[in-house]
Amino acid sequence: MTQETARRVAYADVEVGTELPSRTFPVDRATLVRYAGASLDFNPIHWNERFAVEVGLPNVIAHGMFTMAQAGRVVTDWAGDPGAVLEYGVRFTKPVVVPDVPEGEIAAEITVGGKVAVKLDDEQRTVRVDLTAVSAEQKVLGMARAVVRLA
Amino acid sequence: MPLDQSFVGRSYPPTEPYEVGREKIREFAQAIGDDNPAYADPEAARALGHPDVIAPPTFVFLVSYRAAFEVISDPKLGLDYSRVVHSEQKFSYVRPLRAGDRLSVSSTIESIKSLMGNDVLTVRGELHDETGALVATAHTKLVARSGGDDAPAGEGER
Repeated sequence: MTQETARRVAYADVEVGTELPSRTFPVDRATLVRYAGASLDFNPIHWNERFAVEVGLPNVIAHGMFTMAQAGRVVTDWAGDPGAVLEYGVRFTKPVVVPDVPEGEIAAEITVGGKVAVKLDDEQRTVRVDLTAVSAEQKVLGMARAVVRLA
Repeated sequence: MPLDQSFVGRSYPPTEPYEVGREKIREFAQAIGDDNPAYADPEAARALGHPDVIAPPTFVFLVSYRAAFEVISDPKLGLDYSRVVHSEQKFSYVRPLRAGDRLSVSSTIESIKSLMGNDVLTVRGELHDETGALVATAHTKLVARSGGDDAPAGEGER
């Protein structure tokens, strides 16, 4: 058995309420530029402060899909196999605001936590994981849920 | 003006296939800071039972959004696209996307609602591989803000 498969979480080992290791992800302007290029989403609200302010935002904001990807990492890292995710959904409740800051300072952070909410199917070994994502003390995702098949 | 309800249920023809490339997956995984070996190392992916490197779950959006974008840009629908924010996103997977997939997207307008003057539109995009098999489905909810203070502080995809 390889390390990758050995690391997988077993259905039998989790209970409702089992917590996933929480993570904090830093975000700065460079992160967003890189994500814009990789995702092909070049909306200027994610890199142009003048434009973002003009359309009524407090500052440049992170792509919602970037935040969703960060929260997803908590699930895929825990499950071991990213291919074990069967469903994943979120509501974008507040933007992650990413100001331009001097080098060495933290522009923004997204803190993600999760726990097993329901053991869905003993045969299929599926669970529903409920996630929370917070940035600057605001909930940035709502109804963030993933269905995962465990080992 | 509220959107035309007759668009509910309307389907759009499948897009030209999008070919999922190993290097695009690697680039995307790096951009989200994720060093999971299943995204970069074919051997690690195979150890998990996948024939090639797989894509992170949210990679689906890169494929589905272009198709959804064409739907919301349909001038007959009359959506004011400059006011559109991304309010919800949901994916379901038959299997993970992987390098070598050639995926075409069939989009359907699933619902149109009016909430406090905002137009709320849900588009379903089904990703099919070359054999015609369903690989993943994306549900994208977009809100066209009325401009009032109650506008959802959503994500603002354009």
